[in-house]
Amino acid sequence: MIPLEHVLIVAAALFSLGLYTVLARRHAVLVLMGIELMLNAVNINFVAFAGYADPDNFTGQIFAIFVIVVAVAEVGLALAIILRLFRLRATANLDEANSMRW
Amino acid sequence: MTGIDLAFYVLAGFSIAGGLGLAVTRSVVHGALFLILALMGVGGVFFTLLADFLALVQVLLYAGGVTILMLFAMMLTQVREQPEATNNPQRPWAALASLAFFGAVTATIVVTPWPRNLPEGAQHVEFVDIAGTLFTRWAVPFEIASLLLLVALIGAIIVAREATE
Repeated sequence: MIPLEHVLIVAAALFSLGLYTVLARRHAVLVLMGIELMLNAVNINFVAFAGYADPDNFTGQIFAIFVIVVAVAEVGLALAIILRLFRLRATANLDEANSMRW
Repeated sequence: MTGIDLAFYVLAGFSIAGGLGLAVTRSVVHGALFLILALMGVGGVFFTLLADFLALVQVLLYAGGVTILMLFAMMLTQVREQPEATNNPQRPWAALASLAFFGAVTATIVVTPWPRNLPEGAQHVEFVDIAGTLFTRWAVPFEIASLLLLVALIGAIIVAREATE
């Protein structure tokens, strides 16, 4: 069987790649994709712990379903905001969305 | 090593390759395609971890829905291939931060004692069990999640529509 460590390390690697994408990119849609990757890495952890630690109740899988629901709601709203930003500023570059900067 | 183990490592490799592609590509559209690869890989990993329902949801909702939505958003915002729009001067710091995070988490995972294997007789979770649990024990969070989706739907329409006056 697959050792639990390997699953957790794969999830950590995906989370770190998502973190890098969020921090290093300027385009709003790319930043959003990084957030999706991070949420998926967390879901891998939920599913792994559901299978290894709690196989009778699979609470982790239920939690992963709720994480997916929240992630989808977030994508819908974020894309609407990006569309609005593009109409106002003709760009999806996050560095130019600085009108609330002090 | 059984076939399921091999499948896990291959699919995990696919998803990490997709994540790497997303992290380094210069084109936003290629980023979306790499994201599809990564999300399909994650769906396969769910299947090898005995979560059939989540694997299907992942393929239908993420690889099918979310990434198509993102490609639509790119089409509507007329994304151009500009390197300066995809990369940031804080790139080295971002790489340092994510590598440090990965190192810290991996060290923690390695030194923590875990149960070595799946418990004996672990079975794939049946759809019917998930539905039964979701509508009895988790009924209130389920209703709240549906309310959240409704609010997000209405909010997205209001934010995205043209001003009428």
